[in-house]
Amino acid sequence: MNKKLLPNLILAGGLIFVAVFAEFLTPLDPYAQDLEGALTPPNSVNLLGTDRYGRDVLSRVIIGSQTTLCAALLLLLTISIFGSLIGAICGYKGGKLDTFLMRVSDIFLAFPQMVFAVAVAGILGGGLFNAAAALAIIGWTKYARISRSLALTIRTLPYIDAAKMAGTSSAGILFFHVLPNIAGPVLVTAALDIGTIIMELAGLSFLGLGAMPPTAEWGAMMNNGRSMLQTAPWVILAPGFAIFITVAIFNLLGDKLRDVFDSRNKD
Amino acid sequence: MRNYIFQRLIQLVPILFGITFLTFAMIHFAAVDAVDFMYQQGGSVAEEIKAAKRTELGLDKPFLIQYGNWLAGFLTGDMGRSFISGKLVFETFAEKLPATFELMTVSILLTIFIATPLGIIAAVNQNKFVDIVIRFLSFVGNSLPNFFVALLLIYFFALKLNLLPIIGDNIIMPALTLTIAMGAKYTRQIRAVVLEELEKPYVTGARARGVSEFTILTKSVLRCALIMIITLLALSIGNLLGGTAIVETIFMWDGVGKMAVDAILMRDYPLIQAYVVWMAIIYVAVNLAADLLYHYLDPRVKYE
Repeated sequence: MNKKLLPNLILAGGLIFVAVFAEFLTPLDPYAQDLEGALTPPNSVNLLGTDRYGRDVLSRVIIGSQTTLCAALLLLLTISIFGSLIGAICGYKGGKLDTFLMRVSDIFLAFPQMVFAVAVAGILGGGLFNAAAALAIIGWTKYARISRSLALTIRTLPYIDAAKMAGTSSAGILFFHVLPNIAGPVLVTAALDIGTIIMELAGLSFLGLGAMPPTAEWGAMMNNGRSMLQTAPWVILAPGFAIFITVAIFNLLGDKLRDVFDSRNKD
Repeated sequence: MRNYIFQRLIQLVPILFGITFLTFAMIHFAAVDAVDFMYQQGGSVAEEIKAAKRTELGLDKPFLIQYGNWLAGFLTGDMGRSFISGKLVFETFAEKLPATFELMTVSILLTIFIATPLGIIAAVNQNKFVDIVIRFLSFVGNSLPNFFVALLLIYFFALKLNLLPIIGDNIIMPALTLTIAMGAKYTRQIRAVVLEELEKPYVTGARARGVSEFTILTKSVLRCALIMIITLLALSIGNLLGGTAIVETIFMWDGVGKMAVDAILMRDYPLIQAYVVWMAIIYVAVNLAADLLYHYLDPRVKYE
């Protein structure tokens, strides 16, 4: 493990810790309404104030980290594994399957991702799962492209021939020799992608096409508070800065990971 | 050259076919029934009325026939009528598109005029204070979602400082919102490409011959930055098109992005379909244009 990565890993790990144990970390019940205490400015009890139903904004931001981060990481895990598996098979096997799947990915690449996601999430009728699915439909192509081009190089290397001569099956070569060597670049791409995915998911929720009320999700919280920007800015600023800090931490991690990876490749 | 353009246009055909088929299939199989949605508000409506409405809209025919009709219409410039307003989709679209183009053009120009000098200044002063500040700002810009930028701009410039009106015809805030995210990316890339260029032997050679630093920057390095900008433009046009949907909605900017979001909330499928197809066409066209420009600026790039 590279020492340069440690501070970034601690920050990102901290965020994931908050997301996983969110239920135990909220100072107040994030869903408890108190209409008399609605839109209270930040004070000693409600550190970040309350929203229009009197719910504690800080607790909602904390519980919202679970919704946002889990959805983003699950989505990322799915598309990176699925995408790189398809790409690796295409690159390693070649032939008609390769041509066909790459044509399919061409079609998806002709869409501006967010335009497509907005339309698909809208057609499917909103909800966090549909929003994530809408992003996944285009998202996997990036990973397929990267791992395909890597697999194309890897399959010409001597150790693949050696494995073939040793009698390893195609599937064996793919899983034990091709995929492990694709993992590095895919990991870097995924790390650099987390921030974008979080922003896109939150953006869909902000448009009312993602997480549905009363679920605490950062984008949806900002959407609900939009009309109160003047009277109760904390309702918007708190989840907004939560997104910013989260994205910044993951972007830093991605940048560092890429630097480490690039310098290792140069040596 | 002409062959190349022709070839690229031919490649577009299966892509457009795929795009339209996919969106059409999704609307057909996965979506909430538009007629059910239309009558949802008015209490219970007899099935006969709903069925009549479906026949009127052509929604009772089999999927492939609906798709065929739509495609035939699309190729002849007829994209059907909006379920809600009853107006021609093409007219509505043509009416709103200029506003979106205006917003995009202003954002792109703003981005280029802000990011190019910032990127060059950062590269020339590598690791000095100015560079660190510029890099920090571009990192921050890169980590802010555009809807948050929009709300922050409204909060500070409209509500706190009273400098700008919140909504309406003022283009400054929506354009600035799109510029911040794009500019952050551009600055970073331009800085990287200029740094790389400054290390090349010809720059050292030019310096040795006593060519002034200013001439080196404006004559050689700026050209590379320009090529980088075109690459970035082609890459970011997709984000920009997506960004306009959010930004137009927030600022009530009357373009196709806001139209699409409204159409989605109203289940106005012909409009959504048109939006997706046209955005994809614009996206592919811009990429083609960027390829050609790229070649013009850097003749070493060969057509495949």
